[in-house]
Amino acid sequence: MGEVILTMKDIDKSFPGVHALDHVNFEVRRGEVHALMGENGAGKSTLMKVLTGIYTKDSGTITYEGKDIEFHNTREAQDAGIVIVHQELNMLGHLTVAQNIFIGREFKKGIKIDDKKMNEEAKKLFDRLHIDIDPTETMANLTVGKQQMCEIAKAISHEAKVIIFDEPSAALTEAEIEELFKIIRDLREQNLGIVYISHRMDEIKVITDRVTVMRDGTYVGTLITNECTKDDIINMMVGRVIYEDPKTASTVPADAPVVLKVEHLNAGRMVQDVSFELRKGEILGFSGLMGAGRTETARAIFGADPKESGDIYINGEKVTINNPQDAVKCGIGYLSEDRKRYGIVVQKTVAENSTMACLQNYMSGIFINKKAEKKVAQEYVDSLATKTPSVDQLVVNLSGGNQQKVVIAKWLINDCDILIFDEPTRGIDVGAKNEIYKLMNKLASEGKSIIMISSEMTEILRMSDRIVVMCEGRKTGEVKIEEATQEVIMNMATREIS
Amino acid sequence: MKKKSSIFASQKVIVLLVVIALFAFFSIVSPNFRQYSTVMSILDYSYYIVLMAIGVTFPLITGGVDLSIGTGLICYSLAGGYLITQKGWPVAAGLIVTLLLGIIIGTVNGVLVSIMELPPFLTTLCTCMITRGLGSIFSKGFGISWPAAGSEGGWFRNIFKITTASGTKIPIGFLWMILIVIVMAFVLNHTKLGRYTIAIGSNKEATRLSGVNVKFYHVMAYVISGFFAALAAVAYSAVFATVQPGTGAGFELEAIGGAIIGGVSASGGVGSVEGSLIGVFVICLLKTGLPYIGLQANWQQIITGLVLIGAVMVDIIKKKKAEVH
Repeated sequence: MGEVILTMKDIDKSFPGVHALDHVNFEVRRGEVHALMGENGAGKSTLMKVLTGIYTKDSGTITYEGKDIEFHNTREAQDAGIVIVHQELNMLGHLTVAQNIFIGREFKKGIKIDDKKMNEEAKKLFDRLHIDIDPTETMANLTVGKQQMCEIAKAISHEAKVIIFDEPSAALTEAEIEELFKIIRDLREQNLGIVYISHRMDEIKVITDRVTVMRDGTYVGTLITNECTKDDIINMMVGRVIYEDPKTASTVPADAPVVLKVEHLNAGRMVQDVSFELRKGEILGFSGLMGAGRTETARAIFGADPKESGDIYINGEKVTINNPQDAVKCGIGYLSEDRKRYGIVVQKTVAENSTMACLQNYMSGIFINKKAEKKVAQEYVDSLATKTPSVDQLVVNLSGGNQQKVVIAKWLINDCDILIFDEPTRGIDVGAKNEIYKLMNKLASEGKSIIMISSEMTEILRMSDRIVVMCEGRKTGEVKIEEATQEVIMNMATREIS
Repeated sequence: MKKKSSIFASQKVIVLLVVIALFAFFSIVSPNFRQYSTVMSILDYSYYIVLMAIGVTFPLITGGVDLSIGTGLICYSLAGGYLITQKGWPVAAGLIVTLLLGIIIGTVNGVLVSIMELPPFLTTLCTCMITRGLGSIFSKGFGISWPAAGSEGGWFRNIFKITTASGTKIPIGFLWMILIVIVMAFVLNHTKLGRYTIAIGSNKEATRLSGVNVKFYHVMAYVISGFFAALAAVAYSAVFATVQPGTGAGFELEAIGGAIIGGVSASGGVGSVEGSLIGVFVICLLKTGLPYIGLQANWQQIITGLVLIGAVMVDIIKKKKAEVH
């Protein structure tokens, strides 16, 4: 670690009704990877937005390379050498890699854009990062991992001295994360200061030198990563130990009836010959790397995407599911990984979202019985402990965890016995995660059967009774929780397919 | 929710105040404007736009649009009128044909948009051109005069306006408008059809994944729009002496403009039938009132355009505010 390049001291920022940052301190040294951690809403993003000039601070000082500075927009911050690599990639799919990297500051020959020079310069950037991407490739043809590397290349092309990574690994496969870490280590070697925002505890341990923890807009403390444990960090984040031990034994009786049986399901490249069984009261974990075809399998079963072949049996009876309506009639509920896009109707109220799947039960003739609708919504708000001022609240105003509960309520109100949870805790803070876990366990103990797709190993090991592992569209293994270890699962998830 | 609904409610209230203010302004400035006959003519000219606006509110809320309602209106009116005047059909039968045509074109739009997944703008632009051509074919290129008031078969004109024995004209059409708005507001807010129309505009995929037959309800939004364009055709035929083929283009813009001024979000998911009604009256008042203060048709279009930009800006600003919170 080199000398301090960036110091943020006593940063204070309020929004109407919210004290978003309360005298926060943060520093970055040259040649270090500094993790910034905290639950959702802890103020990490706000702090980084203050740094890069998106927000104006109310008070406090920012010292960068020995000088007090204040940026008024991201452009100024970029020019000074502070750049953010966003979690959501801002790439233009139809343009080439090089055109994307140099967008807004194209090289020119007269009035003509000099694509040749841009390609050469992009190549140089990639060489510096030791990555192999063709600058003339169309952006949309790259994997998410490669796109992110382009984003990093774009960042360093600004002569960056401080790079902020905002949850860079969220959409990457394990292999891509490895590659990302290699690049980050490289950048550290080149004496850049790196801020790494992530929720993934394992990564923090692997890649970072120091950890600064924030909670509710306040600065909690900074630790040397090597000298602390996961629980130390989590304790600072939430003030309590929350990680439970993995589940050691299945609670599902061996003779529990099979409620869902899928045989030789095929749906495109991502779902090839998938077969499995789900028992009553079971939580069946679906593990695998990003792009293994787990979501696609779930969507095919649910009828959200077309199937090519394969049979589905519910309680031993063969059923035809051609669209989500059929699936809902069969008592299947699907909680999408992308809540905002596929789960909730944000401009509608909690009550309206709750009855979306079974409005026909809340009708008086052709009219919606709003009283009955609100009553049932309120019942589930109470039983799921959803935090909302009332069932008339628009779901857009709820937090991620509570939105998730509204989606769960939607399926429970429809009396679904088979629930597919696709990444149920993605984008949800640690406290709310725990609640979702408890809720899933409760549902399973009440006899609901759950398929849980998760990319977090700890979540898989903690929740599942049995685990199906997929890789590149095929089921590559199945393991009981008693026999499951990270190594066993990862081995199946990365198995070569001949 | 409280805060949000107050914003939406206030847009309707503000627009209503604008309507009253415009009316007051024109009445004070122009003595000729404050006449019973002017009010009558504003109402006469408003019916068909109000009906189109009520109908087009549904596709607009789904996030789409229906550009075929203006030329459609003329087409349906010409077809019905042709059968009555040239083929000797009873007026009632002609009216039924008019309404059926609206439903058919609406269904075509709906199927193309919802099931074939064509973009609404292009789809309805095409049906706009098609209905315009069809209208001319139906009437063989001639204007058509539906039976006049007082003549045999002229009864349908009394749906919108009654002339008493003493010669006073009573605009009962306005009462029909209020009634229809109440019914359609109820449909939008208290039936599955309305609930799913809004849900589709707000998040179509999430609605589909909830097991809702989104294709059907999406088609229905266009069927409603087509049906109301046909109702508008009836109102138009009842108010105007002749219907000319080749006209009608541009009517839809007044209806869509009115709906948007009345609070329908240009990107879908938000809107109300009563708001659309009030919004249309802003446009009708400008259209009728501006000539009274010496500003001719060109100015009226410019001012209507500016008002519309203002309405869309309000919508965008509201959305941005909602995102921040």
